[in-house]
Amino acid sequence: MPFIPHTDDDLAAMLQTIGVADIDALFDEIPAALRVGGLPAVPPGMSEAAVVRLMRARAARNVDSLCFLGAGAYEHHIPAAVWELATRGEFYSAYTPYQAEASQGTLQLIYEYQSMLAGLVDLDVSNASLYDGATAFAEACLMAVRASRNRNSRRVLVARYLHPLWRKAAETLLRGQAVELVELPSSGGRTDMQALAALDAQDFAAVCLPWPNFLGGLEPVDELTDWAHGRNMLVIAVCNPVAIGLLKPPGKWGAQGADIACGEGQPLGIPLSSGGPYFGFMACRQALVRQMPGRIVGQTLDIEGRRGFTLTLQAREQHIRRSKATSNICTNQGLMVTAATIHLCLLGSEGLRRVAAQCHTNTRALVAALTSLPGVDLQFSPYFHEAVLTLPQPVAPVLARLAAAGILGGHDLQADFPELGHALLVCATELRTAEDIETYRQAMAGALGMAVAT
Amino acid sequence: MTQVPQNLKYTDDHEWVRAEADGSVVVGITDHAQHALGELVYVELPDAGRKVARGDAMAVVESTKAASDVYAPLAGEVIEGNPALASQPELVNTDPYGEGWLLRLRPDDAAALAGLKDSAAYSQLLAAEG
Amino acid sequence: MRREDLIFEQSRPGRRASTHAPATIAAIDDLPASVLREAPPPLPEVSELQVVRHFTRLSQLNFSIDTHFYPLGSCTMKYNPRVSNTLAMLPGFLARHPLEPDSHAQGVLESLFDLQELLKAATGMSGVSLTPMAGAQGEFAGIAMIRAWHLARGDTGRTQIIVPDAAHGTNPATASMCGCEAIEIPTGPDGDVDIDALRRAVGPKTAGIMLTNPSTLGVFERRISEIADIVHAAGGLLYYDGANLNAILGRALPAGMGFDVVHINLHKTFSTPHGGGGPGAGVVAVNSRLEPFLPIPIVGKRDGSYVWLSEADRPQSIGRLSGFMGNTGILLRAYVYMRLLGAEGMRRVSGYATLNANYLSTRLAAAGFTIAYPQRRASHEFIISLKDVARDTGATAMDFAKALLDRGFHAPTTYFPLLVPECLLIEPTETETRQELDAFVQALCEIRDLAFRDVGELKRAPQTTPVRRLDDVRAARQLDLVWHSRSGTVN
Repeated sequence: MPFIPHTDDDLAAMLQTIGVADIDALFDEIPAALRVGGLPAVPPGMSEAAVVRLMRARAARNVDSLCFLGAGAYEHHIPAAVWELATRGEFYSAYTPYQAEASQGTLQLIYEYQSMLAGLVDLDVSNASLYDGATAFAEACLMAVRASRNRNSRRVLVARYLHPLWRKAAETLLRGQAVELVELPSSGGRTDMQALAALDAQDFAAVCLPWPNFLGGLEPVDELTDWAHGRNMLVIAVCNPVAIGLLKPPGKWGAQGADIACGEGQPLGIPLSSGGPYFGFMACRQALVRQMPGRIVGQTLDIEGRRGFTLTLQAREQHIRRSKATSNICTNQGLMVTAATIHLCLLGSEGLRRVAAQCHTNTRALVAALTSLPGVDLQFSPYFHEAVLTLPQPVAPVLARLAAAGILGGHDLQADFPELGHALLVCATELRTAEDIETYRQAMAGALGMAVAT
Repeated sequence: MTQVPQNLKYTDDHEWVRAEADGSVVVGITDHAQHALGELVYVELPDAGRKVARGDAMAVVESTKAASDVYAPLAGEVIEGNPALASQPELVNTDPYGEGWLLRLRPDDAAALAGLKDSAAYSQLLAAEG
Repeated sequence: MRREDLIFEQSRPGRRASTHAPATIAAIDDLPASVLREAPPPLPEVSELQVVRHFTRLSQLNFSIDTHFYPLGSCTMKYNPRVSNTLAMLPGFLARHPLEPDSHAQGVLESLFDLQELLKAATGMSGVSLTPMAGAQGEFAGIAMIRAWHLARGDTGRTQIIVPDAAHGTNPATASMCGCEAIEIPTGPDGDVDIDALRRAVGPKTAGIMLTNPSTLGVFERRISEIADIVHAAGGLLYYDGANLNAILGRALPAGMGFDVVHINLHKTFSTPHGGGGPGAGVVAVNSRLEPFLPIPIVGKRDGSYVWLSEADRPQSIGRLSGFMGNTGILLRAYVYMRLLGAEGMRRVSGYATLNANYLSTRLAAAGFTIAYPQRRASHEFIISLKDVARDTGATAMDFAKALLDRGFHAPTTYFPLLVPECLLIEPTETETRQELDAFVQALCEIRDLAFRDVGELKRAPQTTPVRRLDDVRAARQLDLVWHSRSGTVN
């Protein structure tokens, strides 16, 4: 019996102690009409060896490619130690650290994570993580509405070139609380400062600024931060955690810095894995900490005066505040945060900077290689880590031909952003080599129907 | 022993109210309430100028294990919250009827104060709740 | 006593684990200085061995299923099979970019499609979406679907969600997130919902009811069919919180009880890891009336291939809940577990989980502990109340919890549900041996003896853990949430 340790003797003795004839008798409070004899549509159990065979075959049915696709999920090097350590049973099979004395490993790790994350975005405090980048973005909007000085506004401004899937997820999550996302005017692949005057007559709780934006573009974050603060709005930074190893962190934007930073933690040691599990991060200024959703770990002392760690500010949470909680969220993405914390330690600040710089340099080399082909042009600069190319023909068939040649060529922007034309979002992380880029250039030439120039 | 000063008015939700000479009232939570909550770690107070109806949730008192709304005992306008509580929420525990007051309110109808419980009636309520 | 310095305190300027980043830093000459970071991020500078040693030591400060009996009520802390992890982490699964063509991910999609089918079978429902990333998101999806169903019929006034007072706090928090009002109804003395109170609570504003069955009180709601009839007759729908599905797996179906939507915590019933607090998976299953509203994406089958269904296929969907497809890697772990168990294995899960709970409850009752609902059959969990011990000795449920840690057991859930004073909610799960349960009974008896003999000594527990009892009030009043070099070390 898989995972059930009872011997026949155990079973007999336990039934006798309880005073019933068999296990079925233990279900006698379920009305007979509701009881079922089994699950006929579920197949019989399998041995571990058979399941291993099945899943290896399934894994082999997937097709690996040379990846130039980013668009919110990035293939980076993950040190072997990260998942060796994160999947230790003491981390993997522990629960939420409610009994603090028996959970100091998890709690200290989260405190270290909060410290690294807050330092990375240059804000005061961080929570223990949320589900993913999209939900962190949605929670940041809800938090800003709760904390806003423009108390009557339930509207939040969003840059047009924020991840379109995140926006869709946020719309689902905000609908119930009647919070509305309003798009900022844009031109040239980023927010248009000149067109902001049209918004001056209206109240908004906050403005959300992606950094870099979905197109790899660099928004005018300093000017927008000051503009928003001048109108009593909060500023929400939605940032790539690797990119801000090199780019100006949200806490330094404009005269006062952003108020809340959030984003997708996947680039910090989390495998691509079809889109999850990842984790969302969130940090904010100290003054907003009570409006922040999710678990938070604090340092304190035990009765002997020794340092220890515990969940704190729990009265904001659903298990105490019930219908008045900041969110219904119960968990963080503990295991993912465990991996990300180890990953950040192994990189260190210099390592993170080098990874960010190499991603950018490789993307520049990719842009140079592809724009050497006739009809392929760079749409916007400056860009960071990711860039938009214009192709001389519709993108989807080109990507399909590249995929057949073993290359994930990037993300087709035409459906979400038709104003960009035949636009392709490309990315080359630190893992791509000069040979990889040359392979892509030749494949792209072929996919566009050109003679391959070598 | 739980203190119930005789010069105050009380609500069923364990708030106390004290009439001031200028027509305003001071509101706090009772000794019984602070004891039931345990050591307070945070008090959330409304902004000055906020209009409240009787029974509105207007403040939150928070311990490590519980968070409770404080309801407006009378309709009116908030004049000020107790500024000392931002850094010293424990004042509500140590001196609930004095330094630990929560806020001052200008009642719409000063006569409504008479409708609240006196100390004897509140003591009876406590006895009944056991 | 064991302790471990913060990784920041082990950092020295210039030290690096250098094999993990490019050997040189590439020049950034195309960007203005105004967009660049001035000071490097304050990350620790440590060697790889320091990192390995630090996190290995931190792990050893934890209690976990792999190291300790962990009878945390309503959390189903059963053994997490290693093979589920090994197979979900095959390179062929980890390397999948979420936006790659469906043709490249057929092995993943087939597994997820099969998982959807297995979950339909286990609940009796007709549609499944795997995208919710935790139980709380599953709840959100469920209530959002109920709202969407009413609105699609033009029934705009249904904004109340009925929740029993024994419910987990997430239920009312979810109602609020969905723009609904939570209406609490009381529980009767036998642990079942107060049916008369329910009749009074339902009406034209009722959107639905959220129920856990067996409930958080550890008993099966016997009048569930009557409840379903009352709520349906009032125009509302029924939401099943799957927190306790482990108790009835293969024995009763949420669909058969009259529920319209159910969320399942794969990290409970289907043994995916709790990971120190996530990632979970809170998949939702629905009957046909709610199927059009399921959150996207969903795996479909078209012309012999597996595809992600999106807005175009499900125009009435409540929408997306995540950036991509939810916690796919967790879903694969649950799939492996379900294939290992099969139909008979699933039925054994509920059978032996219930056997262990009733055995433990019977033995504790015989040892003189107060069972909260002694007249009822325990489900896969049960409650003891230490109210009498507290009255006689001053020892609280929290004291018992801490003393259990010293005896090598993780504590049960304490002070939940709120209805039972000084309570421990105990869920042993099916994967524990009779001998482990006997040892747990003995530990509780010893602790009670100690309470009567020397309650002061009991209140000093825990004494063998890496830290002693922590000052929660200080943690909340003097917030210290991030390390600063100026924080210094406290010994």
